[in-house]
Amino acid sequence: MKNLSKILLAQAAAVGLSAPALAQEAMTIDQRVNATFATVTGPFVNFIFAPFPGTAFPWIVLWLVVAASVFTVYFGLVQFRFFGHAIALVKGDYSDPKDAGEVSHFQALATALSGTVGLGNIAGVAVAVGIGGPGATFWMILAGLMGMASKFTECTLGVKYRNEYDDGTVSGGPMYYMSKGFKELGLPGGKILAVMFSVFCILGALGGGNMFQANQAHAQIAGIVGDYPGWITGLIFAAVVFAVIVGGIKSIARVTEKVVPFMGILYVGAALVILLVNYDKIGWAFGQIFAGAFTGLGVAGGLVGALIQGFKRAAFSNEAGVGSAAIAHSAVRTNEPITEGFVSLLEPLIDTVVICTMTALVITISGQLIVNPETGQFVLNEAGSAIKTIGDTSGVALTSAAFGSSISWFPYVLALAVVLFAFSTMISWSYYGLKAWTYLFGEGKTTELVFKVIFCIFIVIGAAASLGPVIDFSDAAIFSMAVVNIFALYFLMKLVRKELNSYSARLASGEIRKFKT
Amino acid sequence: MGMKLLIGLDGHGSGERAMAHAQMLAKLIGDCELIAAYVIEWSPYSFQTQEENAQRHKRREEEISTAKSRIIDPAVKKLQDAGFTASGVVRHGDVAETLNALAEEQGADQIIVGRSSEGGFTRRIFGSATSNLVMSASVPVTVVV
Repeated sequence: MKNLSKILLAQAAAVGLSAPALAQEAMTIDQRVNATFATVTGPFVNFIFAPFPGTAFPWIVLWLVVAASVFTVYFGLVQFRFFGHAIALVKGDYSDPKDAGEVSHFQALATALSGTVGLGNIAGVAVAVGIGGPGATFWMILAGLMGMASKFTECTLGVKYRNEYDDGTVSGGPMYYMSKGFKELGLPGGKILAVMFSVFCILGALGGGNMFQANQAHAQIAGIVGDYPGWITGLIFAAVVFAVIVGGIKSIARVTEKVVPFMGILYVGAALVILLVNYDKIGWAFGQIFAGAFTGLGVAGGLVGALIQGFKRAAFSNEAGVGSAAIAHSAVRTNEPITEGFVSLLEPLIDTVVICTMTALVITISGQLIVNPETGQFVLNEAGSAIKTIGDTSGVALTSAAFGSSISWFPYVLALAVVLFAFSTMISWSYYGLKAWTYLFGEGKTTELVFKVIFCIFIVIGAAASLGPVIDFSDAAIFSMAVVNIFALYFLMKLVRKELNSYSARLASGEIRKFKT
Repeated sequence: MGMKLLIGLDGHGSGERAMAHAQMLAKLIGDCELIAAYVIEWSPYSFQTQEENAQRHKRREEEISTAKSRIIDPAVKKLQDAGFTASGVVRHGDVAETLNALAEEQGADQIIVGRSSEGGFTRRIFGSATSNLVMSASVPVTVVV
């Protein structure tokens, strides 16, 4: 018993929780939730982010980078060769008017984007830049560009191997292409991979798609109205999400789906305004990004620290290789599954290369990161774990302060945006998690309800826990999806290449033609 | 071979008036083919939730079959009973654009529509489907009041 508590304490300390907090007799509800949560998730988090022996480089980051590079090479730079074609598809140039009324390429892209654009772009980037310095941005952009190929691969397969039911509804995603695709190739183990993926997808839905969102939404609201217990925000959020996903109150979801894109545009617009006003600093900011990418400029962990943070946040933000987008895109009815692949490759571009870079530039330009004027290097905080910022902010608070330094009222808009983004991401991930859940336990009203209730409970836990353990668990859960998904993609990518070759041949011969001229 | 007339229906009184006018014209012209068309207002650029996307195909089928059974089939039957060669078509899209596209596709010589009933705020902002059709059509349009 004594040993056990020692282990628990050690693990709690390892995930950033101070041991004295545990020792305190009277803990608040928030603290108790936090302590329990950190202890339970510790081992899982430690495994996923385990570094290569003797280095500080987590194996999972290399796993994602290698995959994105392999897909980029294997499909001959598909993200650049078919970029124009992807735009034409979204514009509807190749859509048969007779099929009007089905989910359009634009709608599939918009829905998938509303699941990914959100806190990753606002809070995640601030975390990356706060720890890894501006240099992390360079690696983030690179990861975004290569991630386009990963997204292309998984979304093509997602549409090709989805399930269509007699009532006309569809279920698709990695679990379906794993089991069906492996069978088609005569390979064993597809079903096991599918089950593993589903388990991780449920964890990812509860972590990054839920707790992290609830946590950051609470931080935003508390930042404006003053500090109050997180579980209160959690309960309110849980009630609204419950009303939507269980009560079927579509009006709330519909309003969010319509407001979120405008929030995204507003966010990018505000960032552009700040960049225009400070146009003289843009060159300097890019200088910082490039210099930081290769030297680290004295940040925690140096060059490798910048690189790890950049790649990590990119993957968390655009979800390329994670498999979630494959679930989102599989709703499109098309005779050519690969067209969805082309459309989906725009997501990492919009999400990471455009929106995340905006956030990073604004933070860099705002001067929130404290630089030692003598050495030109960043000043680290007391713990040495991140760059010291004005007012010791991190996450959303750092982004908020950066925007606020140029547009004083913008933090209020940002707070609203964060809450809405968090909400729409939760709704999207509740769907991804549900698809994984029904894959494991079968379609049916009762099984669906069980998952939805669990999902709502985790909102409360997420809002009450502190950022450290939540962000670690969220990352770990989402990356573990990528472990299984990418493993399967290596086996299935030749099926995608067959589609790609056939499609590009027919495109060149004029067999696939535009309907709009 | 005589003329082909495309009748735009909206499920309201104005559609009925368009029907009546088309029949009168067809009688006068003689050898005439009538096509009854109904457009389900839909935009490929609207934002939908995950779940709406997953159910979209089912909803579309339902929308088409409702439009067929409530509006198009009775209209076609009425025209056929009156002794005309008639067919029907249902499609999703922007009303004005889609009627025009259908006219081109079917080789219609004229489009006949009722004056649309929408008014007030919507019309001030977006203009009515009828006026959009008149402005963009590539064949003559008759607007029945």
